[in-house]
Amino acid sequence: MHFTKPSPPSDDKRWRIVEATMRRHGYDSHALIETLHSVQQTFGYLDTEALRYVAKSLRVPLSKVYGAATFYHFFTLKPQGEHTCVVCMGTACYIKGAPNIVAAVSEKYQVKPGETTADGKLSLLTARCLGSCGLAPAVVFDGEVAGKVTPEEALERIGRWMNHDS
Amino acid sequence: MTPEELRKLASSQEEARPEPKHRIKICVAAGCLSARSDQVLQALQDEIARRGLTDECEVKGVGCLGLCTAGPLMVVEPEGVMYEGVTPEDASDIVNSLGGKPVERLLCPADSPFFQKQYKIVLENSGLIDPEKIEDYIARDGYTALARVLEEMTPQEVIDEITRSGLRGRGGAGYPTGLKWSTVAKAGGSRKFVICNADEGDPGAFMDRSVLESDPHRVLEGMAIAAYAVGASQGYLYVRAEYPLAVKRLRTAIRQAERLGLLGNNICGTTFSFHVDIRLGAGAFVCGEETALIASIEGKRGQPRPRPPYPAEYGLWGYPTLINNVETFANVAPIIRNGGDWFASIGTEKSKGTKVFALAGSVKNTGLIEVPMGITLREIIFEIGGGIPEGRRFKAVQTGGPSGGCIPEQYLDMPVDYESLAKVGSIMGSGGMIVMDETSCMVDVAKFFMEFCMTESCGKCVPCRVGTAQMYDILQKITTGEASMDDLALLEDLCDMVKHTSLCGLGQTAPNPVLSTLQYFREEYIAHIVDKQCPAGVCQIHRREGH
Ligand SMILES: Cc1cc2nc3c(=O)[nH]c(=O)nc-3n(C[C@H](O)[C@H](O)[C@H](O)COP(=O)(O)O)c2cc1C
Ligand code: FES
Repeated sequence: MHFTKPSPPSDDKRWRIVEATMRRHGYDSHALIETLHSVQQTFGYLDTEALRYVAKSLRVPLSKVYGAATFYHFFTLKPQGEHTCVVCMGTACYIKGAPNIVAAVSEKYQVKPGETTADGKLSLLTARCLGSCGLAPAVVFDGEVAGKVTPEEALERIGRWMNHDS
Repeated sequence: MTPEELRKLASSQEEARPEPKHRIKICVAAGCLSARSDQVLQALQDEIARRGLTDECEVKGVGCLGLCTAGPLMVVEPEGVMYEGVTPEDASDIVNSLGGKPVERLLCPADSPFFQKQYKIVLENSGLIDPEKIEDYIARDGYTALARVLEEMTPQEVIDEITRSGLRGRGGAGYPTGLKWSTVAKAGGSRKFVICNADEGDPGAFMDRSVLESDPHRVLEGMAIAAYAVGASQGYLYVRAEYPLAVKRLRTAIRQAERLGLLGNNICGTTFSFHVDIRLGAGAFVCGEETALIASIEGKRGQPRPRPPYPAEYGLWGYPTLINNVETFANVAPIIRNGGDWFASIGTEKSKGTKVFALAGSVKNTGLIEVPMGITLREIIFEIGGGIPEGRRFKAVQTGGPSGGCIPEQYLDMPVDYESLAKVGSIMGSGGMIVMDETSCMVDVAKFFMEFCMTESCGKCVPCRVGTAQMYDILQKITTGEASMDDLALLEDLCDMVKHTSLCGLGQTAPNPVLSTLQYFREEYIAHIVDKQCPAGVCQIHRREGH
């Protein structure tokens, strides 16, 4: 049966990166997870349009694509906030008080772990071991890892983002 | 590249390089990076350039130096002076001191038990070589084991050497590596695969990450030797997507090795070919389980399947597949270089060699350590680890992560080996070792791991999917003071059921943290249930009338 490659959801040039990933794997269905990684790395998250496009391109049922996208914690179907605060909840950080950091941020900004504030400014996330156990508890503020963080320090750093940008 | 050329390259590495008078090596692995060692590296390079000393002094980033808690760490050679807690502002003092007296206030005593009691095989290059330079690895005998195997040994001889060494899998279960290789070698068919498991799921451990970031070629060499031994020509490295630095360094390492003909087609000019590709994990603990990992490489949801058949017979795409952990592969080249008997002379009767641990929690010296098997827990925690900080009391040490257990004080003098740890209700695991003092509540710790297993259960089998959720609910009730003794009995029944009826290791071992804390700290459970009190003061007990 003849197969015509679907065209990307938009003419955003970044789709070429995703196409390159699929081409490298010969549009094989095995490349599903690699392709989802590529989409997420390029666009920050996976939206329905993207899932549909990947499904068609790799000739995998949409349900399977959706299944994989939701099974793996690394993939997110929602766009992230302007700033992200990732608190390590690995064992070392947990016993050194990471839950207090999560609770403090969660309460002050009314945001549950894994969610983004209503104004889209802050995403509060949790992770499992950042490899900085020696400096527990560890928090990643916008991609920058900080060690031995107290709840006060976390609030202070987030406070700076929130005030600065408004 | 032929073995002869490799040897030449190694010796030319030694000679060709105009030996700089001073060498500064600064750790740029995960722990020190989060203490801004990259900025220190930059500051030192700037300072040296500013003074026009670039030819005399070389500054380079290296892998983990171990004592993460005191980071950023650096070593100045040839003196071998070690500094801790270095900041960019210290750059000028450090450069001033070169060739003279060391900077007193930054000194980190390298003769402390933290360094002296360790025994490095897996981490022997870590902190010494630049992980992004294959020449550095080759200068330290890198790839000579591979060359020797291809030149002088038959696949069977390689397997015999590994068997003789007594090496057991470092991924957790401790299965004899030689035996596993031999099964895959004997399996029929012309297509076989080698997989390196770098999914490192234990949520408090980073040994594999450190090996990959500090010495990536070591793992590739081990995989290539394994591939030759079992007859595979394609390999996959399954790495967590959460380890971008490890992935980047592995990609660089693969490219460099291919360029020198140490990976790819006709390795070392022989007929042996071996290609390695990287596959990214996507944040699912269960994907560390071998059959789930294979499903994930195939592009599917990472769900385990019943074994047998084992991957050794029916693995990736149905072909015989050898799957080993990062640290297991990292042990291969030294065993070939020094012989199986040498390796077998280290450790205990049934557990040979060394083990890398990520020592963390309530202990003074946290970081990455490598110790001979058979060392006692007390030596690790109180000598290498320097004991418990702030005058607190040791309570328990957790090994094996979510599949392991909490070991109390009375077993501190027990040797660390696979059998002894299993006997007291824990496991060796992959190497997470978390020390806890009296401020940790054992019920809360059990709840922490149960929450982990509940979220990570893939949902395929009922005992694990439903059982972990029920156990979590009961633990939640206990920690809020709402449980009765009947609930505790139910919890124990559930432990038994989930342990014996789950499909894969995740469910089968999920009750371990509960069982071991119940065995040694039962009175803490009772205190929550009967006295409505958390002795450690961690849990928020809801006091309700009429209960
Ligand atoms: C739930 C679960 C998680 C696992 N996670 C890992 C892991 O992160 N890394 C690893 O090497 N092995 C892990 N294993 C063990 C693997 O299934 C497999 O036994 C191992 O990779 C074999 O390598 P080895 O013989 O070198 O230890 C896990 C097993 C289970 C049941
Ligand atoms: S547990 Fe938080 S960094 Fe390892």
